[in-house]
Amino acid sequence: MSDQRIVILGAGHAGGSVAAFLRQYGHTGPIAIIGDEPVLPYQRPPLSKAWLKGEAGEDDLQLRPPSFYEEASVEVRLGVRATAIDREAHTVALSDGSSLAYGKLILAMGARARPLPAPGTDLAGVYVLRTAADAEALKSELTPGRRLMIVGGGYVGLEVAASGRALGAEVTVIEREPRLLARVAGEALSGFFHGYHGARGVRFVLGGSVSAIEGEGGKVSAVVLDHGERLPCDVVLVGVGAIPNQELAQAAGLACQDGVVVDGQARTDDPDIYAIGDLTRRPLPLYNRAFRLESVPSALEQAKQAAADITGFKPPPPEVPWFWSDQYDLKLQIAGLPFDVDHLIVRGDPLSAKFAVFHMSGDLIQAVEAVNSPAEFMGGRLLIGARRPVSREKLADPAISMKEVGV
Amino acid sequence: MAKITYIEHGGTEHSVDVRNGLSVMEGAIKNNVPGIDADCGGACACATCHVYVDDAWREKTGSASAMEESMLDFAQNVEPNSRLSCQIRVTDALDGLIVRLPEDQH
Ligand SMILES: Cc1cc2nc3c(=O)[nH]c(=O)nc-3n(C[C@H](O)[C@H](O)[C@H](O)COP(=O)(O)OP(=O)(O)OC[C@H]3O[C@@H](n4cnc5c(N)ncnc54)[C@H](O)[C@@H]3O)c2cc1C
Ligand code: FES
Repeated sequence: MSDQRIVILGAGHAGGSVAAFLRQYGHTGPIAIIGDEPVLPYQRPPLSKAWLKGEAGEDDLQLRPPSFYEEASVEVRLGVRATAIDREAHTVALSDGSSLAYGKLILAMGARARPLPAPGTDLAGVYVLRTAADAEALKSELTPGRRLMIVGGGYVGLEVAASGRALGAEVTVIEREPRLLARVAGEALSGFFHGYHGARGVRFVLGGSVSAIEGEGGKVSAVVLDHGERLPCDVVLVGVGAIPNQELAQAAGLACQDGVVVDGQARTDDPDIYAIGDLTRRPLPLYNRAFRLESVPSALEQAKQAAADITGFKPPPPEVPWFWSDQYDLKLQIAGLPFDVDHLIVRGDPLSAKFAVFHMSGDLIQAVEAVNSPAEFMGGRLLIGARRPVSREKLADPAISMKEVGV
Repeated sequence: MAKITYIEHGGTEHSVDVRNGLSVMEGAIKNNVPGIDADCGGACACATCHVYVDDAWREKTGSASAMEESMLDFAQNVEPNSRLSCQIRVTDALDGLIVRLPEDQH
């Protein structure tokens, strides 16, 4: 088994990592990574945070140095797209006209920015943020006094708002829902971020839907809301979520459902094809559901699952899903997912910008959102993973250590 | 620039030159030193860049911030000389630094 060629489609966080795990777990056969971006695998999280603010250099983003791929003899073909998978022949067709045979295929094509369903997104000055190239283009526009309109009040939107303020831009965030982070966080956290950004000069339009982006001479000049209001601006960032790059998998007949469907070992319904990262709909055993996560920790966990399954290495222990976000001097860390929640417990004082919100199902913690509260995050994550009940009174009392709240 | 020696749990040593301004974690990643996972890329959010600082170097590497301290408090196999290597900035003063790596970062 271990001398067959493994082909990885997508040179992102998941694709780059799985190649490293395959070698670490003892695969000795050839490995090839095919990536359509022109650069080696890199980290996307800083694109809206430290990198955008100018606090990290280009090669700080690289997942691994160029020498890694050479030393590990991982062939990396960049600037090339996979265009079709022939499952019967075990080959992948590439955009340069060549084709590549595989023993095992790992799909790691990630996701792309969801387009805004409104006219005008092709105007100069309208951006999305998914790739280093997107970030480069956006950054060049964020200078003091520029009016930045961010469509979408999710994590990427709020991180860019914070970075934009740090660069001196005037920032407005337009969110369709009545509150920020509506799809991903509880109300207490939404309200806190609203206030924190507001106090730092970010304006918000909540419950506002964009009906068109207007331009002058091919360059964006305003965003128009569905009730007719016209908001003049110089730059627009569309941050309304991401959609999985599943078309290749779908065309090859693999099961897809807003993401390529995989099991707990990252296997698709073809025994020779795995899928990992933002591309996948994966099982979440802790919550008895399948879900599409968009996070580095999940991509890494699945990269380990696939590499272990292929090489016969011991499977990684199941992880509690987690995520982080940096905005201004705030570190937000989230563990778990708020499914089946019947009440919330707030620990600490949001006014002090140091607090945590626990999403509870009875005496079990389902998820924790921790702002500048690493102990609540780390302790909460352990309790979630162990399915250990907690004392609600103790959890609500910041004077009692997170190590003492379990019952 | 500082020469840093990373000693894997199994005893394998890697002595590499690390540019000022990088973190001790980045020095390992950029030189293909195994044993530091750094899942969050240096955001002080994951505690998978845990190292043990050689006793002779504890003073020069400074002390952990409250944030780092709390993260470490919940990591595995923590010792008094435990640090998160993404939080140690490399300067000339760290030339010769020795850090040891834990068996596993999870
Ligand atoms: C701005 C931003 C901030 C983020 N912040 C955080 C954060 O703070 N914490 C966190 O955990 N996560 C964060 N994320 C999410 C995280 O970056 C993703 O979860 C992670 O990149 C997923 O890795 P992936 O390899 O699955 O996908 P990607 O990294 O998107 O990689 C997929 C790669 O495949 C390529 N590809 C697609 N189709 C083909 C094809 N047919 N042929 C060849 N190549 C192809 C794509 O171009 C891309 O290079 C952030 C994402 C963004 C965009
Ligand atoms: S790399 Fe994540 S805490 Fe250091």
